[in-house]
Amino acid sequence: MEKLQKIGVPILALVAFGLFWEFIVWVNGWPNYVMASPSDLPAAYIRFWDLFLIMGWQTLWRTVLGLLIAVVFGTLLGMAMGFSKIARDALYPLLVGFNAIPKATLVPVIALLFIGQHDFNTVLMAFLISFFPIAVSVGIGLSTLEPEYRDILRALGASKVTIFWKIALPKTLPEFFGALKVAVTLAFIGTNLVEIVSPHGRGLGALFKSGETNANYPLMFAVLIALAVLGIVLYYAVVALEKIFAGWAERPQS
Amino acid sequence: MENLIDIRDVRHAYSTKSGPLPVLDGLNLSVPKGEFCAVVGPSGCGKSTLTRLVAGLMKPDEGEVWLHGELVKSPRKTVGMAFQNPVMLEWRSIIENVMLPLEIVANGMSKADKTARAMELLELVGLKGFEHKRPSELSGGMRQRASLCRAIVHKPDVLIMDEPFGALDNFTREDLWQTMRDLRAKEPFTCILITHDLRESVFLGDQVVVLSGRPARTQYVLDVDLPADRTIEILYEKQAVDMLHILRDQIRIAQGREAH
Repeated sequence: MEKLQKIGVPILALVAFGLFWEFIVWVNGWPNYVMASPSDLPAAYIRFWDLFLIMGWQTLWRTVLGLLIAVVFGTLLGMAMGFSKIARDALYPLLVGFNAIPKATLVPVIALLFIGQHDFNTVLMAFLISFFPIAVSVGIGLSTLEPEYRDILRALGASKVTIFWKIALPKTLPEFFGALKVAVTLAFIGTNLVEIVSPHGRGLGALFKSGETNANYPLMFAVLIALAVLGIVLYYAVVALEKIFAGWAERPQS
Repeated sequence: MENLIDIRDVRHAYSTKSGPLPVLDGLNLSVPKGEFCAVVGPSGCGKSTLTRLVAGLMKPDEGEVWLHGELVKSPRKTVGMAFQNPVMLEWRSIIENVMLPLEIVANGMSKADKTARAMELLELVGLKGFEHKRPSELSGGMRQRASLCRAIVHKPDVLIMDEPFGALDNFTREDLWQTMRDLRAKEPFTCILITHDLRESVFLGDQVVVLSGRPARTQYVLDVDLPADRTIEILYEKQAVDMLHILRDQIRIAQGREAH
Protein backbone atom coordinates (compact mmCIF):
# COMPACT_ATOMS: atom_id res chain seq x y z
CA MET A 1 0.00 0.00 0.00
CA GLU A 2 2.74 2.42 1.01
CA LYS A 3 4.74 1.56 -2.09
CA LEU A 4 1.71 1.98 -4.31
CA GLN A 5 1.19 5.41 -2.82
CA LYS A 6 4.83 6.33 -3.37
CA ILE A 7 4.63 5.52 -7.08
CA GLY A 8 0.96 6.16 -7.71
CA VAL A 9 0.68 9.66 -6.27
CA PRO A 10 3.40 11.27 -8.43
CA ILE A 11 2.03 9.53 -11.54
CA LEU A 12 -1.46 10.79 -10.76
CA ALA A 13 -0.08 14.29 -10.33
CA LEU A 14 1.68 14.05 -13.71
CA VAL A 15 -1.47 12.86 -15.43
CA ALA A 16 -3.49 15.63 -13.80
CA PHE A 17 -0.93 18.18 -14.97
CA GLY A 18 -1.07 16.82 -18.56
CA LEU A 19 -4.85 16.93 -18.57
CA PHE A 20 -4.86 20.47 -17.23
CA TRP A 21 -2.40 21.55 -19.94
CA GLU A 22 -4.52 19.88 -22.64
CA PHE A 23 -7.64 21.53 -21.23
CA ILE A 24 -6.15 25.03 -21.17
CA VAL A 25 -5.04 24.75 -24.82
CA TRP A 26 -8.42 23.36 -25.84
CA VAL A 27 -10.50 25.91 -23.95
CA ASN A 28 -8.57 28.83 -25.40
CA GLY A 29 -8.63 27.30 -28.85
CA TRP A 30 -4.89 27.91 -29.25
CA PRO A 31 -3.52 26.58 -32.51
CA ASN A 32 -0.26 24.62 -32.60
CA TYR A 33 1.87 27.64 -33.44
CA VAL A 34 0.83 29.43 -30.26
CA MET A 35 1.02 26.60 -27.79
CA ALA A 36 1.36 22.87 -28.36
CA SER A 37 -0.74 20.50 -26.28
CA PRO A 38 0.38 17.16 -24.80
CA SER A 39 -1.48 15.23 -27.50
CA ASP A 40 0.83 16.81 -30.11
CA LEU A 41 3.95 15.48 -28.43
CA PRO A 42 3.94 11.75 -29.30
CA ALA A 43 4.00 12.60 -33.01
CA ALA A 44 6.99 14.89 -32.43
CA TYR A 45 8.82 12.21 -30.46
CA ILE A 46 8.17 9.53 -33.09
CA ARG A 47 9.31 11.74 -35.94
CA PHE A 48 12.52 12.98 -34.26
CA TRP A 49 13.30 10.02 -32.01
CA ASP A 50 16.84 9.48 -33.38
CA LEU A 51 17.64 13.14 -32.86
CA PHE A 52 16.32 12.99 -29.31
CA LEU A 53 18.62 10.09 -28.50
CA ILE A 54 21.73 11.68 -30.03
CA MET A 55 21.10 15.17 -28.67
CA GLY A 56 19.95 13.88 -25.32
CA TRP A 57 23.17 11.93 -24.92
CA GLN A 58 25.24 15.01 -25.83
CA THR A 59 23.44 17.12 -23.27
CA LEU A 60 23.78 14.40 -20.67
CA TRP A 61 27.51 13.68 -20.94
CA ARG A 62 28.48 17.33 -21.07
CA THR A 63 26.38 18.11 -18.02
CA VAL A 64 27.82 15.21 -16.06
CA LEU A 65 31.40 16.01 -17.07
CA GLY A 66 30.94 19.67 -16.13
CA LEU A 67 29.44 18.63 -12.82
CA LEU A 68 32.29 16.21 -12.07
CA ILE A 69 34.85 18.96 -12.63
CA ALA A 70 32.74 21.23 -10.43
CA VAL A 71 32.74 18.59 -7.68
CA VAL A 72 36.53 18.25 -7.72
CA PHE A 73 37.22 21.97 -7.99
CA GLY A 74 34.43 22.99 -5.63
CA THR A 75 35.55 20.50 -2.97
CA LEU A 76 39.17 21.66 -3.16
CA LEU A 77 38.08 25.30 -2.94
CA GLY A 78 35.75 24.46 -0.06
CA MET A 79 38.58 22.69 1.76
CA ALA A 80 40.82 25.74 1.35
CA MET A 81 38.06 27.97 2.73
CA GLY A 82 37.15 25.55 5.47
CA PHE A 83 40.64 25.17 6.84
CA SER A 84 42.12 28.62 6.32
CA LYS A 85 40.51 31.82 7.51
CA ILE A 86 42.76 33.79 5.17
CA ALA A 87 41.53 31.79 2.19
CA ARG A 88 37.97 32.29 3.37
CA ASP A 89 38.35 36.06 3.72
CA ALA A 90 40.09 36.29 0.35
CA LEU A 91 37.79 34.06 -1.67
CA TYR A 92 34.31 34.78 -0.38
CA PRO A 93 33.73 38.20 -2.01
CA LEU A 94 35.30 36.93 -5.21
CA LEU A 95 33.06 33.88 -5.28
CA VAL A 96 29.89 35.74 -4.39
CA GLY A 97 30.64 38.32 -7.07
CA PHE A 98 31.31 35.66 -9.65
CA ASN A 99 28.16 33.82 -8.71
CA ALA A 100 26.11 37.00 -9.08
CA ILE A 101 27.08 37.44 -12.74
CA PRO A 102 24.28 36.13 -14.95
CA LYS A 103 25.96 33.26 -16.71
CA ALA A 104 24.24 34.09 -20.02
CA THR A 105 26.60 37.05 -20.26
CA LEU A 106 29.55 34.68 -20.15
CA VAL A 107 28.43 32.72 -23.19
CA PRO A 108 29.75 35.24 -25.75
CA VAL A 109 32.93 35.70 -23.70
CA ILE A 110 33.61 31.98 -23.69
CA ALA A 111 32.55 31.61 -27.29
CA LEU A 112 35.09 34.26 -28.32
CA LEU A 113 37.85 32.82 -26.16
CA PHE A 114 37.48 29.30 -27.47
CA ILE A 115 36.01 29.73 -30.92
CA GLY A 116 34.30 26.64 -32.28
CA GLN A 117 35.13 24.48 -29.25
CA HIS A 118 31.51 23.72 -28.66
CA ASP A 119 31.96 20.69 -26.41
CA PHE A 120 34.62 22.41 -24.37
CA ASN A 121 32.58 25.60 -24.02
CA THR A 122 29.51 23.72 -22.90
CA VAL A 123 31.35 21.67 -20.30
CA LEU A 124 33.09 24.82 -19.09
CA MET A 125 29.77 26.60 -18.61
CA ALA A 126 28.23 23.63 -16.80
CA PHE A 127 31.22 23.70 -14.49
CA LEU A 128 31.29 27.48 -13.97
CA ILE A 129 27.65 27.67 -13.04
CA SER A 130 27.64 24.74 -10.62
CA PHE A 131 30.82 24.76 -8.52
CA PHE A 132 29.70 27.63 -6.28
CA PRO A 133 27.18 25.81 -4.04
CA ILE A 134 29.60 22.90 -3.63
CA ALA A 135 32.50 25.14 -2.60
CA VAL A 136 30.37 27.10 -0.14
CA SER A 137 28.76 24.09 1.50
CA VAL A 138 32.01 22.15 1.87
CA GLY A 139 33.68 25.30 3.22
CA ILE A 140 30.91 25.91 5.75
CA GLY A 141 30.72 22.24 6.68
CA LEU A 142 34.42 22.11 7.47
CA SER A 143 34.66 25.45 9.25
CA THR A 144 31.68 24.75 11.50
CA LEU A 145 32.92 21.34 12.66
CA GLU A 146 32.33 21.31 16.43
CA PRO A 147 35.65 21.54 18.28
CA GLU A 148 34.90 18.38 20.29
CA TYR A 149 34.95 16.32 17.11
CA ARG A 150 38.43 17.59 16.35
CA ASP A 151 39.56 17.29 19.99
CA ILE A 152 38.80 13.59 20.46
CA LEU A 153 41.35 12.82 17.73
CA ARG A 154 43.73 15.73 18.33
CA ALA A 155 44.13 14.68 21.96
CA LEU A 156 45.50 11.39 20.63
CA GLY A 157 48.06 13.19 18.51
CA ALA A 158 46.25 12.54 15.21
CA SER A 159 47.42 14.59 12.24
CA LYS A 160 45.24 17.11 10.42
CA VAL A 161 45.03 14.75 7.45
CA THR A 162 43.76 11.91 9.64
CA ILE A 163 41.17 14.19 11.24
CA PHE A 164 40.04 15.26 7.77
CA TRP A 165 39.59 11.71 6.44
CA LYS A 166 38.11 10.17 9.57
CA ILE A 167 35.87 12.97 10.74
CA ALA A 168 35.66 16.21 8.76
CA LEU A 169 35.05 14.65 5.35
CA PRO A 170 32.33 12.14 6.31
CA LYS A 171 30.67 14.69 8.57
CA THR A 172 30.44 17.15 5.66
CA LEU A 173 28.88 14.61 3.27
CA PRO A 174 25.21 15.49 3.99
CA GLU A 175 25.89 19.18 3.27
CA PHE A 176 27.88 18.18 0.22
CA PHE A 177 25.03 16.17 -1.22
CA GLY A 178 22.56 18.93 -0.44
CA ALA A 179 24.73 21.24 -2.53
CA LEU A 180 25.16 18.61 -5.22
CA LYS A 181 21.40 18.48 -5.70
CA VAL A 182 21.42 22.21 -6.40
CA ALA A 183 24.57 21.94 -8.51
CA VAL A 184 23.26 19.20 -10.78
CA THR A 185 20.27 21.32 -11.77
CA LEU A 186 22.50 24.34 -12.29
CA ALA A 187 24.95 22.38 -14.45
CA PHE A 188 22.04 21.23 -16.56
CA ILE A 189 20.92 24.82 -17.04
CA GLY A 190 24.49 25.83 -17.95
CA THR A 191 24.75 23.15 -20.59
CA ASN A 192 21.47 24.10 -22.19
CA LEU A 193 22.28 27.77 -22.06
CA VAL A 194 25.32 27.27 -24.28
CA GLU A 195 23.50 24.81 -26.50
CA ILE A 196 20.66 27.24 -27.14
CA VAL A 197 22.57 30.50 -27.37
CA SER A 198 25.66 29.54 -29.34
CA PRO A 199 25.24 29.10 -33.09
CA HIS A 200 25.62 25.64 -34.61
CA GLY A 201 25.13 24.14 -31.16
CA ARG A 202 24.52 20.55 -30.32
CA GLY A 203 22.46 18.78 -27.71
CA LEU A 204 18.82 19.19 -26.74
CA GLY A 205 19.25 22.95 -26.54
CA ALA A 206 20.16 23.05 -30.21
CA LEU A 207 17.21 20.83 -31.02
CA PHE A 208 14.99 23.32 -29.23
CA LYS A 209 16.53 26.13 -31.24
CA SER A 210 15.95 24.34 -34.53
CA GLY A 211 12.35 23.70 -33.51
CA GLU A 212 12.00 27.44 -32.95
CA THR A 213 13.67 28.30 -36.28
CA ASN A 214 11.32 25.99 -38.12
CA ALA A 215 8.29 27.11 -36.13
CA ASN A 216 7.82 23.48 -35.05
CA TYR A 217 6.14 24.13 -31.73
CA PRO A 218 5.35 20.53 -30.87
CA LEU A 219 9.07 19.77 -31.26
CA MET A 220 10.00 22.65 -28.94
CA PHE A 221 7.64 21.46 -26.26
CA ALA A 222 8.76 17.88 -26.76
CA VAL A 223 12.35 19.07 -26.09
CA LEU A 224 11.24 20.89 -22.96
CA ILE A 225 9.62 17.73 -21.64
CA ALA A 226 12.71 15.70 -22.55
CA LEU A 227 14.84 18.23 -20.65
CA ALA A 228 12.57 17.92 -17.64
CA VAL A 229 12.84 14.12 -17.75
CA LEU A 230 16.63 14.27 -18.05
CA GLY A 231 16.75 16.75 -15.18
CA ILE A 232 14.68 14.41 -13.02
CA VAL A 233 16.94 11.47 -13.90
CA LEU A 234 20.07 13.41 -12.96
CA TYR A 235 18.54 14.67 -9.73
CA TYR A 236 17.49 11.24 -8.58
CA ALA A 237 20.89 9.82 -9.54
CA VAL A 238 22.33 12.25 -6.98
CA VAL A 239 19.67 11.23 -4.47
CA ALA A 240 20.64 7.57 -4.99
CA LEU A 241 24.32 8.40 -4.42
CA GLU A 242 23.35 10.33 -1.29
CA LYS A 243 21.49 7.31 0.04
CA ILE A 244 24.61 5.17 -0.45
CA PHE A 245 27.21 7.54 0.97
CA ALA A 246 25.28 9.68 3.42
CA GLY A 247 22.28 7.50 4.19
CA TRP A 248 23.25 7.60 7.87
CA ALA A 249 22.19 11.24 8.04
CA GLU A 250 18.60 10.25 7.37
CA ARG A 251 16.69 9.95 10.61
CA PRO A 252 14.94 6.63 11.02
CA GLN A 253 11.25 7.34 10.37
CA SER A 254 8.97 6.61 13.23
CA MET B 1 52.30 8.37 46.20
CA GLU B 2 53.46 9.76 42.88
CA ASN B 3 51.22 12.43 41.39
CA LEU B 4 50.16 11.51 37.88
CA ILE B 5 48.74 14.95 37.15
CA ASP B 6 50.39 18.04 38.53
CA ILE B 7 49.17 21.49 37.66
CA ARG B 8 51.30 24.24 39.11
CA ASP B 9 50.41 27.93 39.29
CA VAL B 10 48.73 27.98 35.93
CA ARG B 11 47.62 31.31 34.54
CA HIS B 12 45.83 31.73 31.28
CA ALA B 13 43.96 34.48 29.46
CA TYR B 14 42.08 34.55 26.18
CA SER B 15 42.48 37.56 23.97
CA THR B 16 39.14 39.14 23.17
CA LYS B 17 38.14 42.35 21.39
CA SER B 18 37.96 44.17 24.71
CA GLY B 19 41.40 43.05 25.83
CA PRO B 20 42.70 39.92 27.52
CA LEU B 21 40.16 37.88 29.48
CA PRO B 22 41.89 35.99 32.29
CA VAL B 23 40.25 32.63 32.91
CA LEU B 24 42.76 30.84 35.11
CA ASP B 25 44.84 32.60 37.72
CA GLY B 26 46.77 30.52 40.17
CA LEU B 27 45.35 27.10 39.48
CA ASN B 28 46.95 24.22 41.38
CA LEU B 29 45.88 20.63 41.15
CA SER B 30 47.52 17.34 42.05
CA VAL B 31 46.00 13.97 41.28
CA PRO B 32 47.81 10.84 42.47
CA LYS B 33 47.91 7.85 40.16
CA GLY B 34 44.59 6.04 40.01
CA GLU B 35 42.67 8.76 41.80
CA PHE B 36 39.48 10.41 40.71
CA CYS B 37 39.50 14.19 40.90
CA ALA B 38 36.20 16.01 40.55
CA VAL B 39 36.40 19.71 39.74
CA VAL B 40 33.47 21.97 40.55
CA GLY B 41 33.04 25.71 40.24
CA PRO B 42 30.69 28.44 39.10
CA SER B 43 29.63 28.62 35.47
CA GLY B 44 32.16 30.01 33.07
CA CYS B 45 35.04 29.84 35.52
CA GLY B 46 37.46 28.21 33.10
CA LYS B 47 36.86 24.54 33.87
CA SER B 48 36.82 23.56 30.22
CA THR B 49 40.08 25.39 29.66
CA LEU B 50 41.52 23.15 32.34
CA THR B 51 40.59 20.01 30.38
CA ARG B 52 42.21 21.35 27.24
CA LEU B 53 45.38 22.13 29.16
CA VAL B 54 45.66 18.65 30.62
CA ALA B 55 44.97 17.09 27.21
CA GLY B 56 47.78 19.16 25.76
CA LEU B 57 45.43 20.81 23.29
CA MET B 58 46.66 24.21 24.43
CA LYS B 59 49.49 25.65 26.46
CA PRO B 60 49.01 27.91 29.46
CA ASP B 61 50.37 31.46 29.37
CA GLU B 62 52.19 30.77 32.63
CA GLY B 63 52.68 27.81 34.91
CA GLU B 64 53.21 24.16 34.19
CA VAL B 65 51.13 21.08 33.53
CA TRP B 66 52.90 17.80 34.34
CA LEU B 67 51.68 14.38 33.38
CA HIS B 68 53.62 11.33 34.48
CA GLY B 69 56.55 13.51 35.45
CA GLU B 70 56.71 15.01 31.98
CA LEU B 71 55.91 18.58 31.05
CA VAL B 72 52.86 18.64 28.74
CA LYS B 73 53.65 20.54 25.57
CA SER B 74 51.52 18.84 22.94
CA PRO B 75 48.79 16.18 22.73
CA ARG B 76 49.77 12.75 24.09
CA LYS B 77 48.41 9.41 23.07
CA THR B 78 47.78 8.45 26.68
CA VAL B 79 44.76 10.66 27.19
CA GLY B 80 41.08 9.88 26.78
CA MET B 81 38.38 12.51 26.52
CA ALA B 82 34.61 12.58 27.00
CA PHE B 83 32.36 15.60 26.71
CA GLN B 84 28.79 16.60 27.49
CA ASN B 85 28.12 16.05 23.79
CA PRO B 86 28.80 12.33 23.24
CA VAL B 87 30.42 13.28 19.89
CA MET B 88 29.28 10.13 18.15
CA LEU B 89 30.32 9.76 14.52
CA GLU B 90 26.84 9.18 13.10
CA TRP B 91 28.11 7.32 10.02
CA ARG B 92 29.75 4.62 12.12
CA SER B 93 28.16 1.88 14.16
CA ILE B 94 28.54 1.97 17.93
CA ILE B 95 31.44 -0.49 17.98
CA GLU B 96 33.20 1.36 15.17
CA ASN B 97 32.84 4.52 17.21
CA VAL B 98 34.40 2.85 20.23
CA MET B 99 37.28 1.53 18.12
CA LEU B 100 38.15 4.98 16.74
CA PRO B 101 41.04 5.77 19.14
CA LEU B 102 42.59 2.37 18.45
CA GLU B 103 42.80 3.30 14.77
CA ILE B 104 44.99 6.23 15.78
CA VAL B 105 47.18 4.91 18.59
CA ALA B 106 47.26 1.13 18.23
CA ASN B 107 48.54 0.54 14.72
CA GLY B 108 49.99 -2.86 15.51
CA MET B 109 46.80 -4.24 17.02
CA SER B 110 44.88 -6.76 14.90
CA LYS B 111 41.32 -6.04 13.89
CA ALA B 112 40.11 -9.00 15.93
CA ASP B 113 41.88 -7.71 19.04
CA LYS B 114 40.46 -4.24 18.55
CA THR B 115 36.96 -5.66 18.20
CA ALA B 116 37.41 -7.86 21.27
CA ARG B 117 38.65 -4.92 23.33
CA ALA B 118 35.72 -2.73 22.25
CA MET B 119 33.23 -5.52 22.92
CA GLU B 120 34.67 -6.08 26.39
CA LEU B 121 33.97 -2.45 27.31
CA LEU B 122 30.56 -2.33 25.66
CA GLU B 123 29.60 -5.36 27.72
CA LEU B 124 30.83 -3.65 30.89
CA VAL B 125 28.60 -0.64 30.32
CA GLY B 126 25.60 -2.74 29.30
CA LEU B 127 25.60 -2.06 25.58
CA LYS B 128 26.01 -5.64 24.46
CA GLY B 129 23.63 -6.29 21.58
CA PHE B 130 23.72 -2.67 20.46
CA GLU B 131 27.22 -2.74 18.96
CA HIS B 132 26.04 -2.70 15.35
CA LYS B 133 23.38 -0.03 15.85
CA ARG B 134 23.85 3.52 14.62
CA PRO B 135 24.24 6.20 17.30
CA SER B 136 20.99 7.83 16.15
CA GLU B 137 19.14 4.66 17.14
CA LEU B 138 20.31 4.91 20.78
CA SER B 139 19.09 7.07 23.64
CA GLY B 140 21.20 9.91 25.02
CA GLY B 141 22.31 7.85 28.01
CA MET B 142 23.36 4.94 25.81
CA ARG B 143 25.30 7.24 23.50
CA GLN B 144 27.09 8.64 26.53
CA ARG B 145 27.98 5.11 27.66
CA ALA B 146 29.46 4.42 24.23
CA SER B 147 31.34 7.71 24.48
CA LEU B 148 32.85 6.58 27.81
CA CYS B 149 33.94 3.30 26.23
CA ARG B 150 35.62 5.19 23.43
CA ALA B 151 37.40 7.45 25.91
CA ILE B 152 39.07 4.50 27.66
CA VAL B 153 39.33 1.89 24.90
CA HIS B 154 43.05 2.58 24.36
CA LYS B 155 43.76 2.27 28.10
CA PRO B 156 44.74 5.90 28.67
CA ASP B 157 46.55 6.92 31.85
CA VAL B 158 44.31 9.92 32.15
CA LEU B 159 40.62 10.21 31.49
CA ILE B 160 39.42 13.77 31.09
CA MET B 161 35.69 14.32 31.31
CA ASP B 162 33.98 17.63 30.75
CA GLU B 163 30.47 17.42 32.21
CA PRO B 164 29.82 14.08 30.54
CA PHE B 165 26.50 13.54 32.32
CA GLY B 166 25.31 17.15 32.22
CA ALA B 167 22.71 16.68 29.50
CA LEU B 168 21.10 13.56 30.97
CA ASP B 169 18.06 13.26 33.17
CA ASN B 170 18.62 12.54 36.86
CA PHE B 171 17.93 8.82 36.88
CA THR B 172 20.02 8.13 33.79
CA ARG B 173 22.75 10.22 35.35
CA GLU B 174 22.75 8.13 38.54
CA ASP B 175 22.88 4.98 36.42
CA LEU B 176 25.93 6.32 34.65
CA TRP B 177 27.62 7.24 37.95
CA GLN B 178 27.37 3.59 38.91
CA THR B 179 28.63 2.50 35.52
CA MET B 180 31.56 4.84 36.00
CA ARG B 181 32.26 3.36 39.44
CA ASP B 182 32.17 -0.18 38.01
CA LEU B 183 34.44 0.77 35.14
CA ARG B 184 36.99 2.12 37.58
CA ALA B 185 37.00 -1.12 39.48
CA LYS B 186 37.93 -2.98 36.30
CA GLU B 187 40.00 -0.42 34.45
CA PRO B 188 42.50 1.55 36.46
CA PHE B 189 42.80 5.10 35.24
CA THR B 190 43.39 8.50 36.71
CA CYS B 191 40.51 10.82 36.12
CA ILE B 192 39.64 14.49 36.02
CA LEU B 193 35.93 15.13 35.98
CA ILE B 194 34.52 18.58 35.41
CA THR B 195 31.01 18.84 36.77
CA HIS B 196 28.30 21.18 38.01
CA ASP B 197 26.73 18.51 40.13
CA LEU B 198 27.96 18.39 43.74
CA ARG B 199 26.38 14.99 44.41
CA GLU B 200 28.15 13.65 41.38
CA SER B 201 31.46 15.03 42.61
CA VAL B 202 31.05 13.38 46.01
CA PHE B 203 29.80 10.07 44.64
CA LEU B 204 32.58 9.68 42.08
CA GLY B 205 35.47 11.71 43.44
CA ASP B 206 38.37 10.78 45.68
CA GLN B 207 38.93 14.48 45.97
CA VAL B 208 36.78 17.42 45.02
CA VAL B 209 38.47 20.62 43.93
CA VAL B 210 36.44 23.81 44.15
CA LEU B 211 37.51 26.54 41.76
CA SER B 212 36.79 30.19 42.42
CA GLY B 213 34.84 32.37 40.00
CA ARG B 214 36.66 33.64 36.95
CA PRO B 215 39.62 33.96 36.83
CA ALA B 216 39.70 30.57 38.49
CA ARG B 217 42.13 29.56 41.18
CA THR B 218 42.07 26.55 43.44
CA GLN B 219 39.83 27.68 46.28
CA TYR B 220 39.24 24.52 48.25
CA VAL B 221 40.15 20.84 48.16
CA LEU B 222 37.93 18.27 49.81
CA ASP B 223 39.10 14.72 50.44
CA VAL B 224 36.23 12.37 49.94
CA ASP B 225 36.78 9.72 52.57
CA LEU B 226 34.16 7.23 51.43
CA PRO B 227 34.62 3.56 50.44
CA ALA B 228 35.41 2.86 46.79
CA ASP B 229 32.39 0.63 46.36
CA ARG B 230 29.93 3.30 47.41
CA THR B 231 26.28 3.16 46.44
CA ILE B 232 23.87 5.99 45.68
CA GLU B 233 22.37 5.52 49.18
CA ILE B 234 25.58 6.77 50.74
CA LEU B 235 24.74 10.24 49.43
CA TYR B 236 21.89 10.36 51.97
CA GLU B 237 24.09 9.49 54.94
CA LYS B 238 25.48 12.05 57.32
CA GLN B 239 29.11 11.86 56.23
CA ALA B 240 28.24 12.60 52.59
CA VAL B 241 25.62 15.17 53.44
CA ASP B 242 28.16 17.07 55.56
CA MET B 243 30.52 17.12 52.60
CA LEU B 244 27.77 18.40 50.33
CA HIS B 245 27.12 21.23 52.78
CA ILE B 246 30.77 22.19 52.82
CA LEU B 247 30.91 22.15 49.03
CA ARG B 248 27.70 24.15 48.77
CA ASP B 249 29.20 26.83 51.02
CA GLN B 250 32.40 26.86 49.02
CA ILE B 251 30.46 27.33 45.79
CA ARG B 252 28.59 30.27 47.34
CA ILE B 253 31.91 31.82 48.24
CA ALA B 254 33.18 31.14 44.72
CA GLN B 255 30.12 32.88 43.35
CA GLY B 256 30.98 35.87 45.50
CA ARG B 257 28.13 35.40 47.96
CA GLU B 258 28.18 34.97 51.70
CA ALA B 259 28.62 31.49 53.11
CA HIS B 260 26.03 30.23 55.58
